[in-house]
Amino acid sequence: MPRLPLVGAALGGLVILGVGIFLGLPSRDTPRGAAGTLLASAIGGPFHLVDQDGKTVTDADLKGKWSLVYFGYTHCPDACPTALNDISIALDELGPKRSAVRPVFITVDPERDTPDVLKSYVTSFDAPILALTGTPQEIAQAAKGYRVYYAKHPEPGGDYSMDHSSVIYVMDPEGRFTASFTHESSPEEIAGRLKKLLA
Amino acid sequence: MVGAKFLVLAASLVFAGAALAQTGQLEVTNAWARATPAKAENGVAYLTIRTPTPDRLLSASSPVAKKAELHTMEMAGMVMKMRPLASLDIPGGEPVTLTPGGEHIMLMGLNGPLREGQSFPLTLNFEKAGAREVTVAVEKPGAAGPAPKH
Repeated sequence: MPRLPLVGAALGGLVILGVGIFLGLPSRDTPRGAAGTLLASAIGGPFHLVDQDGKTVTDADLKGKWSLVYFGYTHCPDACPTALNDISIALDELGPKRSAVRPVFITVDPERDTPDVLKSYVTSFDAPILALTGTPQEIAQAAKGYRVYYAKHPEPGGDYSMDHSSVIYVMDPEGRFTASFTHESSPEEIAGRLKKLLA
Repeated sequence: MVGAKFLVLAASLVFAGAALAQTGQLEVTNAWARATPAKAENGVAYLTIRTPTPDRLLSASSPVAKKAELHTMEMAGMVMKMRPLASLDIPGGEPVTLTPGGEHIMLMGLNGPLREGQSFPLTLNFEKAGAREVTVAVEKPGAAGPAPKH
């Protein structure tokens, strides 16, 4: 059976290709087909957090509406407000379908981002944003589900910033991953894609 | 004839302006900041620097915050990293614009929220040009740039 090693090598190649697609995922929309189905289920997952009013929110609460999920932190004055503002502008372009989409901001800095801090932060944006925090373990679980990397970067003087994945995830009303945007996506791009998804 | 004379005058003014710009000094324009939520500890300011001869931005300070630091945003794949910069080189003749997603001046330990429509002073210390004070206009929390001039 001299062919078997060849088949094995081919299958191994497919696995490597699959991993490659998986790692490249956050930068593009879900590919169609079998791989796409597999990938869609790989992003998201269960979480148990509290919102800016101290109310418990789980992944089940996100169902019923489209969600735009972004992980960030309020001490980040550059990338995070840009992402939230892009979302606000994009949602304004949706017109009557605006209410079908819920922006969700999940902190990667639960130590400083208490519900109070989150409340004050998100009310300064035009869009009504669901802001979530939790214990460090709860945040770690949510971030793991969304394949979000984050790490504390200490600064001189005891301060710190957070390194974090900057990706806007689009989850459908069933809680399934559908598309993603980066900080480089313009509000027009985001609105255009959402319009197609909501059509 | 009046029109032709005017053109000559206008042209000479343009030349004079260009000459001034070439021999002129470092200038800082379009300084703006994002409004911050009531409890925010950090704010951010952006601006444009032009200089005819190379210079270096060394530090910044403002009465609205305990300290101001030069920061840059780096992307490693999809991961955003904010890092302090020791200094920022300003090449001669080429404007450098601090803008969201790139370099910014981080205002750390705000004494109070930065409110849209207000303005505050910011002092920039350059290696050669020395200290320059600019007025920073506060825009919306997620503003992508300075408000257009009216």
